[in-house]
Amino acid sequence: MFDSAARKLVEVKNLKMHFPIFAGVLRRRVGEVKAVDGVSFDIFEGETLGLVGESGCGKSTCGRAILRLYDLTEGSVKIDGAEIAQTEQAKLRKMRPTMQMVFQDPQASLNPRMRVSAIVGEPLDEHTNMTKAEKLARVHELMDAVGLSRDFANRFPHEFSGGQRQRIGIARALALNPKFIVCDEPIAALDVSIQAQVVNLLEDLQKKFGLTYLFISHDLSMVRHIADRVAVMYLGKVVEVAPRDALYSAPYHPYTKALLSAVPEPDPDFSTESRVILQGDVPSPSNPPKGCNFCTRCPDVSDRCRQTEPEYQEVRPGHFAACHHLNATNYETAAQTAANEEQSVQQGEKK
Amino acid sequence: MPDGAQPVLDVRDLNTVFKTRSGEVHAVNHVSFNLKKGELLGLVGESGSGKSVAMMSLIGLVPSPPAEVRHGEVLFGGRDLLKVDPGTLRDIRGARIGFVFQDPMTSLNPVFTVGFQLMEPLRRHMGMNKKDARVRAAELLELVGIPDAAQRLKDFPHQFSGGMRQRVMIAIALACDPEVLIADEPTTALDVTIQAQILELVKELRQKLGMAIVWITHDLGVIAGIADRVMVMYGGQVVEEAPVRDLFKNPQHPYTSALLETIPHVRGERAERLQVIEGQPPILGAKPTACPFRHRCGYAFERCSNENPTRQVIGEGHDVACFWDMAKAEARNV
Repeated sequence: MFDSAARKLVEVKNLKMHFPIFAGVLRRRVGEVKAVDGVSFDIFEGETLGLVGESGCGKSTCGRAILRLYDLTEGSVKIDGAEIAQTEQAKLRKMRPTMQMVFQDPQASLNPRMRVSAIVGEPLDEHTNMTKAEKLARVHELMDAVGLSRDFANRFPHEFSGGQRQRIGIARALALNPKFIVCDEPIAALDVSIQAQVVNLLEDLQKKFGLTYLFISHDLSMVRHIADRVAVMYLGKVVEVAPRDALYSAPYHPYTKALLSAVPEPDPDFSTESRVILQGDVPSPSNPPKGCNFCTRCPDVSDRCRQTEPEYQEVRPGHFAACHHLNATNYETAAQTAANEEQSVQQGEKK
Repeated sequence: MPDGAQPVLDVRDLNTVFKTRSGEVHAVNHVSFNLKKGELLGLVGESGSGKSVAMMSLIGLVPSPPAEVRHGEVLFGGRDLLKVDPGTLRDIRGARIGFVFQDPMTSLNPVFTVGFQLMEPLRRHMGMNKKDARVRAAELLELVGIPDAAQRLKDFPHQFSGGMRQRVMIAIALACDPEVLIADEPTTALDVTIQAQILELVKELRQKLGMAIVWITHDLGVIAGIADRVMVMYGGQVVEEAPVRDLFKNPQHPYTSALLETIPHVRGERAERLQVIEGQPPILGAKPTACPFRHRCGYAFERCSNENPTRQVIGEGHDVACFWDMAKAEARNV
């Protein structure tokens, strides 16, 4: 999937999403929560980019910001060639059909008073001039596509199980033939045996309609399954982006390593001795530490990490990471190391 | 873990029924198990499989009505917990059987300090005075790895992070040195790195304190790492029980084996396509007269819709409730 010929469908550059904190009697602005703090990545047409991280790292905010569900603090987001970071809402509305979202909680994201046909058909009411019959035909088509029986079109969301509700949410997202779908933890609320069903459905739909996904999840094993490339977020920043196999077999960033080693293996013979256990908790995004964001928990921390923020650099083609110790902690040849240094110098010059 | 030791907790044929307007819901059917000293029993199942209700029924934590615990015995310390009076049960609960709930956000009282909530069981069950209780509470917080423990006793739950709150919950459950600890999805609400910390902590505490633990979860990865024995529940009943290695290497119930195949892995081979268990989990209702898994089972045959299989011993400490013998690929002779 990862080849340079592929077209960039989504380009995110230096995206910042800060939420103000107001306090005191006068509700003065006393600070800000830096939920997303300078994130850059691209998503190629037809691929799935997995976005992983712990709760509170800003991955959901990032997903929502890319679709302009918030007003961005800073940065640029290009979807299908169109810059949407500062576009006004009325214009943005016209562009909505290309970008859709599947939400985490299928219970909360479906209106309990609307029938399935109305929920799935609502985007059609909003963005097309279809007749009633055409709409119903399209709704039926969508229900077939996500594996729901057409007989259910007149039912209400509460009559469905969690997995079926998520299928309704997916059908709604598909209604306008989008190119890009942000899936925000679409399987987190589902049972293990149902998760696999929904993930397989998403994969089938991707093949069939040529969709591009941003798959946000905290479930590293599921992301390994569905994603072509993976971005790891920590405290509002992307610390590593790499093709899936490279990330899982040879992660560069110490946080990625710790995150992967913390995932319990369903095998009683699996040895946990080499496991990296991180100490402490994630710092507050309203007051991130000086230097590298990960310096308070990093096992390889040095003085430099507490002083300066590491550059986000390309360690290998297509493999980016932000850490001062990339060379010390990895088994690279001297040539590669030199190349990396050169690259980081070049990047420094650009800035 | 010690084999052949006297079980500290022996549950026989436990049945819990909820009475609703649309009829009775049999949430727990014929659940039997025992727990030996120092052992960690994993209890695996999907939501609605009855795992939490079964455990809460043991110690009288299901609201009655609508729930009613029918038949069954829960033998603990020579007594049947289902027959003792509420006062005695209160003395046992918290003191000799500790409980850690799933959600650390909602199971701590937001208007009391953590110190107060930690001292409560100490004063109630151990008869300690305030001063002693405070000292012990600080020790407990230290035990579960909260830095600056004595200071933090004065803090309220909202001043703690999720992982820290779960540690507080564990500290409260451990306050009176219980013989049995029931942990209901204690790490589900936590991030993986924090979960890893809590799992290490539990392993360590188990060695130090030697209590028996029932660990309820739906995460097979967690179970593989910490359990000695595993019990799998589906549709309100136990479908398989086995020592942890047996269960993962040689699952005998179609549900267990399908479940193991559906989960993707972070390490090793990556499957191109995920295996699925088709269909939906059963909706609990009247007492099942057939195997609850039959609609989703690849091996189901006629008998499965006519009879509900009972648990049959098929190996050392390994039993399974299924009419089909997966190893021999033939119907079981039971």
